[in-house]
Amino acid sequence: MSQQKKKLSNASLARRLALISVAMFGFGFAMWPLYNVFCDLTGLGGRGVKIAEGADGVGGSDRQVRIRFDATVNSSLPWDFEAVDKAMTVTLGEMSEAMYMAANPTDKPLAGHAIFNVTPPEASLYFVKTECFCFTQQVLQAKEAREMPVYYFIQPDLPASIKEITLSYTFYPDKKANLALTESAGK
Amino acid sequence: MSMETTLSHDTPAHDDHHHDKPRGLARWLYTTNHKDIGTLYLVFSLLMFFIGGSMAMIIRAELFMPGLQLVEPEFFNQMTTMHALIMVFGAVMPAWVGFANWMLPMMIGAPDMALPRMNNWSFWILPFAFTMLLSTLFMDSGGPAAGWTLYPPLSLQGGQSFAFVVFAVHMMGISSIMGSINVIATILNLRAPGMTLLRMPLFVWTWLITAFLLIMVMPVLAGAVTMLLTDHFFGTSFFNAAGGGDPVMFQHIFWFFGHPEVYIMILPAFGVVSEIIPTFARKPLFGYSAMVYATASIAFLSFIVWAHHMFTVGMPLTGALFFMYATMLIAVPTGVKVFNWVSTMWKGSMTFETPMLFAIAFVVLFTIGGLSGLMLAIASVDLQYHDTYFVVAHFHYVLVPGSVFALMAGAYYWLPKWTGHMYSETWGKIHFWVSAISVNILFFPQHYLGLAGMPRRIPDYSTQFADFNMISSIGGFIFGASQLIFVGVIVHCVYKSRQKATAQVWEGAKGLEWTLPSPAPYHTFDTPPVIDETTIAHAHSRH
Repeated sequence: MSQQKKKLSNASLARRLALISVAMFGFGFAMWPLYNVFCDLTGLGGRGVKIAEGADGVGGSDRQVRIRFDATVNSSLPWDFEAVDKAMTVTLGEMSEAMYMAANPTDKPLAGHAIFNVTPPEASLYFVKTECFCFTQQVLQAKEAREMPVYYFIQPDLPASIKEITLSYTFYPDKKANLALTESAGK
Repeated sequence: MSMETTLSHDTPAHDDHHHDKPRGLARWLYTTNHKDIGTLYLVFSLLMFFIGGSMAMIIRAELFMPGLQLVEPEFFNQMTTMHALIMVFGAVMPAWVGFANWMLPMMIGAPDMALPRMNNWSFWILPFAFTMLLSTLFMDSGGPAAGWTLYPPLSLQGGQSFAFVVFAVHMMGISSIMGSINVIATILNLRAPGMTLLRMPLFVWTWLITAFLLIMVMPVLAGAVTMLLTDHFFGTSFFNAAGGGDPVMFQHIFWFFGHPEVYIMILPAFGVVSEIIPTFARKPLFGYSAMVYATASIAFLSFIVWAHHMFTVGMPLTGALFFMYATMLIAVPTGVKVFNWVSTMWKGSMTFETPMLFAIAFVVLFTIGGLSGLMLAIASVDLQYHDTYFVVAHFHYVLVPGSVFALMAGAYYWLPKWTGHMYSETWGKIHFWVSAISVNILFFPQHYLGLAGMPRRIPDYSTQFADFNMISSIGGFIFGASQLIFVGVIVHCVYKSRQKATAQVWEGAKGLEWTLPSPAPYHTFDTPPVIDETTIAHAHSRH
């Protein structure tokens, strides 16, 4: 049988199969960049939100959409954080402002970083922020409370099927910055 | 110590193949014989079946009545997690590798597995892996308690013992991958002349495909738990939103492994049932090549359906539709299999020895599990079923009267070939009937509990669920106890039975393993057998 002559030896067959396993181990890690690309394309995880600092609204639509605002704090950051307006109705293409309120009730300064998400995911592709407290790290001094604004507009080509969009923020502690803050407070 | 003396005795012999085997512990530690290693795997998996089963008994005892009676909620969570990890990686998977070791060489006319030393290593990793995993129960931070899916961020909130879980999973993965490489090398390289691919017994085919699934997905699980490990201990943020990661990504990676994994546990079961039903129906398997292609199709589809475990996580509508239809598509090749088993029995001269009883129960009860799986595949209604006892009922129907019944069918079927004695048919039948009835008392009420909204992995429940939970627990206790009968039958067969088995054992059995004497000699097919059209099961098929 000619087929039998071409057979690989056990050792080289085993090596090739082991190579598949090693490659698949790599594939597990390759999921990380692949997942990022997938999120950028589909807008999953709020990844579609565009940042255009200093831009103005584009206008050109009379369609309206309802925006809801959600606020969460990670359990390891002892802050109070909430949306001042829970919801508003905006005209597509027009600049809008949403106000959040964050307070540090402890008696030491704390740094936090806000991570956002948008639901439904595809809506994030039409979401443009011109200014947001989530762009940078935020430090609240002891007992400090501060308003945190978001300036944004929704692109007029938002699909008609989307009637309501939720913008959600979660504040996480910035551990490195907090370490530095406690050190400088100790000095 | 005897271990040290035997160590010094053991010279690196190049050809110890035909020498006298060492005795006692050393025989089992150093063995490269596929039958010895098969036995080790089977005994190990039976032990794990009882350890994992005891955990299930604790779970069912706690759920016997509403309220918290026996265990702390934290310990309950550790029990559900450990029960699953032990049963999946310690009982079902090693049991199938044990069957592969014992039967594959004998079914394709090979003298042994292709890589015997690696074979020894792939078994002996397992006791260490499971010692590590079980030891976490005795540590301060306790065992893993986030469910076998180890979803972050919950799994990352565990203590230092989490590192032991991760390394145990790594070791199980290495063991499975080495076992699978061995299976593929054996099947591709060591078939006797004339044993063409499309003449191979179906158990060989299903294991070949399973082995490819294993070497492709076990490394993905290893990668996922490695990322958990670095997130937990080294400050990476693969799954931590604060650092730019995404916990949902873990679910994608996990289920990219997890869905093929469930087919890894069931495909060899399809193979065993496809051996047993023709024997006791005294007819060749109906639609042999359709069975082969159906198995391959199921394996392929298993790679593109993973997100049906995640409908409630949120995904674009097109994604939900794709995963829903792809999942439903799996019912087609699976249906082909069920119809072919039924057609094999159709107008056969059937007898109902214990292996056949388990095989028929497999066909009926696995189909129930498959149909509840179809219900879960519907993206819109899955939102109601998700994480309820309906899911628990579904996967236990495909795993217990599915995989485990097929394992028992296979054990009864080949036990006379392994031991040279017949087991007690009376006690085998008692074991079957008690198991088959109690397994339904155990799992069928859980469908209703789930549809009524009882969540899984919670030690307490609302009082309206009390009656069905009590029924389910009673079924569970009977099912658990009835497995002691199984051990009794095996021990009796190995040590006490005086009824000698013939070479063919079963009147209708066909295949190379039945041309060997019973018990099968320590070394078989040192010279390749001549393939005779009358002895192998699928000789009539295309060449």
